[in-house]
Amino acid sequence: MAKKVALLQGNEACAMGAVYAGAKFFGGYPITPSTEVAEVLSKELPKVGGKFIQMEDEIGAMASVIGASLTGAKSITATSGPGVSLKQELIGYACIAEVPCVIINVMRGGPSTGMPTGPGQSDVMQAMWGTHGDHAAIALVPNSCQEIFSETVRAFNLAEKYRMPVQVLFDEIVGHMRERIVFPEPGELEVIDREAPTEGPDTYKPYDATKGQVPPLASFGSGYKFHVTGLNKADDGFPTTKASLVDAEERRQIAKVMDNVADIESNEEYLTEDAEVIIWAYGSTSRSARYAVNELRSQGIKAGLFRPITLWPFPAKRTAQLAVQCKAIVVSEMNLGQMIYEVERVAKGNCVVAGEFRVDGEPINPGQIMKKVKEVI
Amino acid sequence: MAYDYEKSIRPGKLPHIWCPGCGHGIVMKGLIRAMDTCGLDRKNTAIVSGIGCASRLPGYLDACTLHTAHGRAAAFATGVKMAKPEMTVICCGGDGDGTAIGGNHFIHACRRNIDMTYVLMNNFIYGMTGGQFSPCTPTGAKASTTPYGNPDPIFDISKLAIGSGATFVARTTAAHPREIDRLIVQGIQHKGMAVIEVLDDCPTTYGRRNKFRSVVDMMKHLKANAVPIKAAAKMTAEQLEGKFLTGVLFQDTEKPEYCEMYAEVIKKAQGA
Ligand SMILES: Cc1ncc(C[n+]2csc(CCOP(=O)(O)OP(=O)(O)O)c2C)c(N)n1
Ligand code: SF4
Ligand SMILES: [Mg+2]
Repeated sequence: MAKKVALLQGNEACAMGAVYAGAKFFGGYPITPSTEVAEVLSKELPKVGGKFIQMEDEIGAMASVIGASLTGAKSITATSGPGVSLKQELIGYACIAEVPCVIINVMRGGPSTGMPTGPGQSDVMQAMWGTHGDHAAIALVPNSCQEIFSETVRAFNLAEKYRMPVQVLFDEIVGHMRERIVFPEPGELEVIDREAPTEGPDTYKPYDATKGQVPPLASFGSGYKFHVTGLNKADDGFPTTKASLVDAEERRQIAKVMDNVADIESNEEYLTEDAEVIIWAYGSTSRSARYAVNELRSQGIKAGLFRPITLWPFPAKRTAQLAVQCKAIVVSEMNLGQMIYEVERVAKGNCVVAGEFRVDGEPINPGQIMKKVKEVI
Repeated sequence: MAYDYEKSIRPGKLPHIWCPGCGHGIVMKGLIRAMDTCGLDRKNTAIVSGIGCASRLPGYLDACTLHTAHGRAAAFATGVKMAKPEMTVICCGGDGDGTAIGGNHFIHACRRNIDMTYVLMNNFIYGMTGGQFSPCTPTGAKASTTPYGNPDPIFDISKLAIGSGATFVARTTAAHPREIDRLIVQGIQHKGMAVIEVLDDCPTTYGRRNKFRSVVDMMKHLKANAVPIKAAAKMTAEQLEGKFLTGVLFQDTEKPEYCEMYAEVIKKAQGA
């Protein structure tokens, strides 16, 4: 049978990816340029018995998503810069209480109201450091409509597997661009469901590290009575200030991500093998970068592209290797230099690191990147 | 025979954090009795709170308990209830939590008329942080951030709930412990958003600054100024000055409940 294909906007692809992943709850608040995610899910979720609620603000949306997830429902919210800022306290709550959820951030220009209809990539550091306190983060940065679909599915998988919030960031360009999408058949993409506890309600502890780095999360209303709090807590979920317990919990919550980078990381490389200069770019910028690589190659310049699809945890190992191998890395992003700090940090001076940035609401074009490459080599 | 509270309390979680004389403990006992009277299955009961002294309540109770972030209880609870409407959902928290930082979530939960029972402990102050004024601190009263007396007007929580669309609204005080459970029972049994405002006391950060030399003084004040709604009907405006009405202040059994409305959405989406 022929596969189902459609011409979809990135935001619509995201919503359909959520449905494919088994999402059963969306809580949100309208904001450009993310609103289509909510619009499509308001239509699609009730068809599969899921729930859609438009909350009174983004804080309430994030709260409803965490509450719903605790009942076992795969839960998602979608927003943009100002909304992500409002969600930050509760993103931290989902980190410390270890509640799976997916947060879509269709990035626009900022700070503040910024440029609601213009693209931006200036929330990438916020995705890691936006909420207070030490924590790990997972953030994915797809660059096409098809990839938005599959990365949204993967975001749910990672959220459920690692019991934490996962953010998917794409810029307005990819969010609003229309491309041909081939819908995967059921079973074609991996869909991970939440691991249920193996022990009974009487002995269950929601943060029992002896059950592994990611202790299973029971659902409210499934026979288990337990406590969830945003306070530092012991393995039974109740608040503690005992130094050794606080320390162990904080470290476990970071280690569960950092010890599994190989599982979480996803990158694409294009002509990097013999590259003398590597363009390091993600999201829509990486599409201009790929065009630039081809043009540069045709002019005899050995250029390559490194494109992180998992932005956080940062692809430190591979970026460091490339820094040793090449003469220069050009980091191009629609902000005034954010991920370049990480690239510089891991390059350790082994190659030139230069940036090509833009924040005027226009996409970064290949010519701009090519010019920069020629400057540095 | 003494009432057996212990079976509802999580083993090993007492003593609680509350100060001697704090009214929140009286409310917790009332809530326990009410849950018993309703025969709630605690495995299928979610008790959701925000942050504050009052919001510590769920941790002591043996149920599905969710201690969230400051002000967000109603929004978390909305997610729980929407995703699993078969659960009984109870919110609890303080006046600051529910009407200042959480005021927006509170009024919108009322507006939706989602089936939950919100027990709001109004001690007229931010107790946990040491007695700063809340939206319910009486004008003129002393708080740690109103050294010259509070210039702010107050929220009448029950009126706020009624105005926002809650369909069961009741008020009582910590000096009326039996009425606490009676009203919570009615709230739980009511289908829709039920708000039970319990006026209680914070001797540590409010009472001592405001000429209530002892907890007994504060309780006497609550008792002396509580006027049952029926009695109020026969009183003049002058006689009602400075009093607060107690009992069931409002009930509407017609307004549709939110999860039931959404069940209709699902039916339509599925083409039934
Ligand atoms: C976002 C945020 N802001 C401020 C605080 C500090 N804070 C904790 S409890 C509280 C006031 C609680 O007052 P209330 O809800 O009336 O409860 P009570 O302690 O009086 O029972 C405040 C301001 C916080 N925890 N989180
Ligand atoms: S500070 Fe006030 S509200 Fe908090 S426990 Fe003490 S008496 Fe109760
Ligand atoms: Mg208070």
